[in-house]
Amino acid sequence: MTAAPMIVLSQPVVAVTPKSAGRWRRLPLKAKVGAVVLGFFVLAAVIGPLVMPYDPSFSNPAPSLALHAPDAAHLLGTTQSGQDVLSQLLVGIRLTLELALFVGVAATALSVVVGVTAAFLGGLWDDLLSLTSNVFLVIPSLPLLILLLGYLPQKGQLATIVVLSGLGWPWGARVIRAQTLTIRNRDFIAASRETGERTWRIIAFEIVPNEISLIAANFVNTVLYAIGTSVALAFIGLADLNSWSLGTILYWAQSQQALQLGAWWWFVPPGLAVALIGTALVLLNSGIDELGNPRLRDAARGVMIDGHRQRPADPTPVWPQAGPIAPAGPITRALRPFTRSSLLDSRNGGRP
Amino acid sequence: MAFVLRRLVFYLVAAWVALTVNFFIPRAVPGNAVEAIMGKFPTLQPAAAKALSAMLGVGHPGSLWHQYVNYLRDVFTFNFGTDLLQFPASVTSLLGETIPWTLALVGTATVIAFLAGTALGIIGGWRHGGWLDRGLPALMFLQAIPYFFLALVLIELVAERFHLFPTGQGYDGGLIPGWNASFIGSAIYHSLLPALTIVITSLAGWMLQMRNVMITTIGEDYVVAAQAKGLSSRRVVFTYAARNALLPQLQGFGLALGFVVSGAIIMEIVFSYPGIGLLLLNAVSASDFPMMQAIFLVITFAVLLANLVVDLVLVFADPRVRAKEAS
Repeated sequence: MTAAPMIVLSQPVVAVTPKSAGRWRRLPLKAKVGAVVLGFFVLAAVIGPLVMPYDPSFSNPAPSLALHAPDAAHLLGTTQSGQDVLSQLLVGIRLTLELALFVGVAATALSVVVGVTAAFLGGLWDDLLSLTSNVFLVIPSLPLLILLLGYLPQKGQLATIVVLSGLGWPWGARVIRAQTLTIRNRDFIAASRETGERTWRIIAFEIVPNEISLIAANFVNTVLYAIGTSVALAFIGLADLNSWSLGTILYWAQSQQALQLGAWWWFVPPGLAVALIGTALVLLNSGIDELGNPRLRDAARGVMIDGHRQRPADPTPVWPQAGPIAPAGPITRALRPFTRSSLLDSRNGGRP
Repeated sequence: MAFVLRRLVFYLVAAWVALTVNFFIPRAVPGNAVEAIMGKFPTLQPAAAKALSAMLGVGHPGSLWHQYVNYLRDVFTFNFGTDLLQFPASVTSLLGETIPWTLALVGTATVIAFLAGTALGIIGGWRHGGWLDRGLPALMFLQAIPYFFLALVLIELVAERFHLFPTGQGYDGGLIPGWNASFIGSAIYHSLLPALTIVITSLAGWMLQMRNVMITTIGEDYVVAAQAKGLSSRRVVFTYAARNALLPQLQGFGLALGFVVSGAIIMEIVFSYPGIGLLLLNAVSASDFPMMQAIFLVITFAVLLANLVVDLVLVFADPRVRAKEAS
């Protein structure tokens, strides 16, 4: 029984990454940019409430300070009632990221539990759990969330977290189930089963650690879903409207006619923050994806042969000895493969 | 055929789950909807509470099974009760007025975005590493923008500053709705900016998805074989690579539809477009529960129906689906 971990260690499924030296350097540029932008917002969330210049809810009674365009005193201007937009933004980033983090952890945990259980139990349970996740995948979640939150008497942060987590697991469960089904047939699982490992031990120490990259990607996606959905829900007023999140700032901006009053500084910063956080997460995810899937990797990695860049997906080139051809513009070059009839009819194998 | 039947049964199950969830939410959630409504409308007489509870089924008249049967009968006869906000009007008639607007706007714009995004994705996947790839971070940024925020920005930039488009509403206020050229022209003119919003934000998603599937497909042996045979690039791209890459893309279309439609409906609010979104916003802010429930059902059924259509297209387009059933 004690021999089992040895077997596992000697047959790792996922290639063990070399020691962390240079790991950051090997990350695709996308992932680096994503991590830096995300880090900036996390930093803002952590220290924001400490450095914010004003109380975000403090309404300055001076009429001259209402709807004031950005200046030195109020870097992002003020709202209709003289509240400081920058302070609201700093608190809002924290509240929104906090919510997304909780939802990400809870929904991902649910996905893992449901996905692994379905794959391991098999039979009727698998059918039932798969059917449930497929049904909740096709039922659009936003209208259902609106209905649930609409009926709930308290629409605070906790209620939103619970409801979002409760509806955020099906996609992850589906992916993790599929992955578990392939892993459970590998030799090292059979080996540990032969040595008498208990099922829960196999799941907790051998299956789940091997799915960690998938779970991480799923976590990032869930965080993305949580941010987008919670902001949309708050925007239509289904949130605690006395607290400041990116969504509630947008709600007040919309309901107090920021647009009609031309107060762009009121609604652009929170919306831009949502978009930038989202972009950072997508970049991070697709960067991680490229690490695992070499085909998606940047074509800049292609090799140079005889002065022509060969991309990984290109067929073997045949270079004729012909003279120079007329230079083509970017549009012509992009369209050429669709118009020329052969791959071999131009100097560089049909591919400019 | 067996595939179609299985999918049909699946969508029936999904529809039943949606109906049942919709039935149980008001009964399972703590708190009293009637009290919430009475609080929102101080003008209501105390006697109205009784009528309201009967209407919402909160007072639980009859057994649960009895209520459930009644509820299903009401849904299938399109009887969603009376709207609380615009009191004498029925929910069904209000929905009937707004659904065509949303369907025309969101439906058309989503299909355009899907087709354009897929076409761009084919080029982007084939020209992997080319000029389209250099714009990827920008596309990811567009994809991450909430619909309603882009709507706010577009109104500010295009409509308020340069007066190129109207800032909102579905048609010119001076016109009377009808099937005449000036009204239809005005409606189309007013829908251009909202449609643009949907296309800009959802195009990038379809494109990225198609591009990634294309890249994977192009690496397959049969594509290399087709190139080695000396087939024209056009033939290799469209008949060999794109046709196969299109199938995961179509499946993705069905699954992502719910998100796109929900996002687009919330965006309507910013434009004061006379579609479901505005109805939903008003229903939420006034705790108008019958309306919220009906809207949930309408959106869900529309998405389920669209998914069914996608599945039928898949059977038609993909011999592999048919072959799997035959074996």
